[in-house]
Amino acid sequence: MGNVERVMKDVKSKQGGLNAEIQSRIGHQLRAMYDDVVRQGVPDRFAELIRKLDGPEAVDPAAKTEGSE
Amino acid sequence: MPLTDSLRDDILASVPSLRAFAISLSGNGDRADDLVQETLLRALANIDSFQPGSNLPAWLFTILRNLFRSDYRKRRREVEDADGSYAKTLKTQPAQNAHLEFEEFRAALEKLPQDQREALILVGASGFSYEDAATICGCAVGTIKSRVNRARSKLSALLYVDGADDFGPDNTTRAVIGGSGG
Repeated sequence: MGNVERVMKDVKSKQGGLNAEIQSRIGHQLRAMYDDVVRQGVPDRFAELIRKLDGPEAVDPAAKTEGSE
Repeated sequence: MPLTDSLRDDILASVPSLRAFAISLSGNGDRADDLVQETLLRALANIDSFQPGSNLPAWLFTILRNLFRSDYRKRRREVEDADGSYAKTLKTQPAQNAHLEFEEFRAALEKLPQDQREALILVGASGFSYEDAATICGCAVGTIKSRVNRARSKLSALLYVDGADDFGPDNTTRAVIGGSGG
């Protein structure tokens, strides 16, 4: 606990250190948020969807026209 | 290329990160899953245009990102995630301090311009190279780099720094300190 406070104080003393500390914390939070979802794996609805579809001819042709760029 | 079993497996393996990307972009779990579903349908419908040996995740992310963009333009995100539906998509609720920190972080992320948010997520969370992120977003590598940098400094300003060298104990900082003590 004292460790963290000391780090904070050191960090406060120089802008460069502050920046590096903050950037690493932001990176950590971003990945934590993202990985929470990744860890949920593949929901059944998507596993089924992919299993059922056999490729181009099995898909609703309406889906083929737009947004495929 | 034709939809082989191994390609199908590879698409399936990309689903968890596609969902994470969709949720990070839209801030809404239900919408994110609709987005993923539509991405998969598009991908399978257009599988012939996928180049064998090229980067499948990048291809899928590109489709999802384009769908999100056109959807976004249509709806102008009239519904914000006011009821915390993002948090509800998590199977395990984080501990109280961590939860507070998490909510603040998410709120700050939402405040970023869309260009910056997607660049930061692709590079900082999805683990794409700057080059791949540039391909996905359809812009130059230098543009991605500058968007990521601007996103990072904006987030740090929102979350950690109020004044020039003020490191005041705002809620997020307190949560970080408190959380580390166990």
